[in-house]
Amino acid sequence: MIKSQFKSPLFPYLLLLPQLSIVVIFFYWPAAEAIRSSFYLEDPFGFSSTFVGLDNFRDMVSRSDYVATAEFTIIFSVIVTFFSLAIALLLAVTADRVLRGASTYKTLLMWVYAIAPPVAALIGIMMFDTLVGPIAGFFQALGWNYQLGTNRFDTAFAMIVISIWKQVPVNFIFFLSGLQGIPKSVQEAAAIDCASSTRRFWTITFPLLAPTGFFLLIINITYSLFDTFGIIDVVLKGEPGNNPVTLVYKVFLDGFRGNDLGGSSAQSVILMILVLILTVFQFRLIERRVHYN
Amino acid sequence: MSSSDLQAPTSTTIATASAAAARKKPFALRQIIDHVVLIAGSLFMLVPVLMAFFTSSHTDVTVHTNGLQMTFGGHLAENYYEAMLVPGGFTKTVDGMRMLMNSFILGIGFSVGKIIISMLAAYAIVYFQFRFATLAFWAIFTTLLLPLEVRILPSYEIVQGMGLVNTYTGLIVPLIASATGTFFFRQFFKSVPNELIEAARIDGAGPVKFFIDILVPLSKTMIAAIFIIMFVFGWNQYLWPTIMTTDESFFTLVRGIKQILNVFIGAQIPEYGQAMALAIVAMVPPVLVVVIFQSWFVKGLVESDK
Repeated sequence: MIKSQFKSPLFPYLLLLPQLSIVVIFFYWPAAEAIRSSFYLEDPFGFSSTFVGLDNFRDMVSRSDYVATAEFTIIFSVIVTFFSLAIALLLAVTADRVLRGASTYKTLLMWVYAIAPPVAALIGIMMFDTLVGPIAGFFQALGWNYQLGTNRFDTAFAMIVISIWKQVPVNFIFFLSGLQGIPKSVQEAAAIDCASSTRRFWTITFPLLAPTGFFLLIINITYSLFDTFGIIDVVLKGEPGNNPVTLVYKVFLDGFRGNDLGGSSAQSVILMILVLILTVFQFRLIERRVHYN
Repeated sequence: MSSSDLQAPTSTTIATASAAAARKKPFALRQIIDHVVLIAGSLFMLVPVLMAFFTSSHTDVTVHTNGLQMTFGGHLAENYYEAMLVPGGFTKTVDGMRMLMNSFILGIGFSVGKIIISMLAAYAIVYFQFRFATLAFWAIFTTLLLPLEVRILPSYEIVQGMGLVNTYTGLIVPLIASATGTFFFRQFFKSVPNELIEAARIDGAGPVKFFIDILVPLSKTMIAAIFIIMFVFGWNQYLWPTIMTTDESFFTLVRGIKQILNVFIGAQIPEYGQAMALAIVAMVPPVLVVVIFQSWFVKGLVESDK
């Protein structure tokens, strides 16, 4: 349906002016600047810069710490995405089924959405603290000498658990609303045709949830790449030392601490390309989702 | 559904009846399992925060010797008083109240600014015919592609060059440069019936009158939903405030977390009680907003991310 529209020579531009000026100054300009400086080498005092072509990119991929960071980022993202989706799906399917206390469970399972990632991480590092934390105490009682902050694996473990804890509520909300969108008639027909509720889930409910699931997959990958910054920064207490970091954290470290503008920008550009690919996927999925509705 | 499923109604009916009979007993068990799963999930979400709350009611020495607490201690008022009203401790010159105020300024400033700017832009895009309309649309929606994190260094340099470091403008305005709100209002405006604008035109209402008298009142629920999402989003910002504010009087509560950690490193007995008190204060406003306006919040979240 085509909207009836007003015709006015200047008014629409006036309406768009605030948004467009903010977008140009705070989005296009810095994005262009990031791409430009990825091709330049700036001297440490910031007085001059030389065009170096793709040298920054070549440097970046040949450095072992960048490769190690990229590897950790992939492992981190896969684990966080998988577990936060799986736990949320289990909880959403169960919450959709119970009759008594459904709305109480719903509130209890979603409210953590409102907690800021660094606040979640502050509570997390208390729970995992080698001295006062009950989780670390539990592991130590089991014979695992858990050391947050000094052992690479143990630190990564805490980062992953906190990131999952923070992301389950978002996935839960989307899965539950996806489940409630499945028509009653379909569910009843399925209940008549198929006695086993496990089979019913995998053959009827799961395929119908697939569009929501794909959409959440992209959301979760984006979350583990970017939004976990606050969690990682707090778990590392700002001092990574020997501990693993993700790619976004490395952009921040090299740019603000290392003063390596060119190298940091080259890393930004790689991440931009990654996000572009993810977003194109996401837009195509959104189109599909609209069709299903 | 395949046709074979529909071929033998009698056999399936019988199968269902017998299956129902067979399921009678495990059915109760299944309900119990469901509740166990949900209670376990709820505890997983709840216990860390409860522990933070209880710990904020104990002295630092108790926590240091006995670990985090799961019972109520008698030092709640003390810890919150120290954290909120006494400058010093984690920060040198500001108290928790100042940070609380800054968090509200960021949360409300961000959400209100974003709603106004994106409603105006969406109104232009949906309801007007003009040259460059497609260009404007793409210029705005391309911003959905790149999160702030990947252009953080140049963004900082530009804002610094404008002299906006340690100002509320520098803190809030650059965060508005994304099209989520505009996208949301565009979707909503497109669903508003065409008859309304026809009727408004017949009555001689111009674009300004139509917007203020018809479209804004009609969008009330949408505005509320997006306000909740954006308030929580703004309140919870961390990276941008961390690099934009070095002057303590502009610190938000979430930004202040970084300060807590700086003091923790190398402390004899870290101030656990105050740290947990600040963490609780930093989460109460957004949590209350989400819990109280739960249905609007869920609607806003699910619709806006479409």
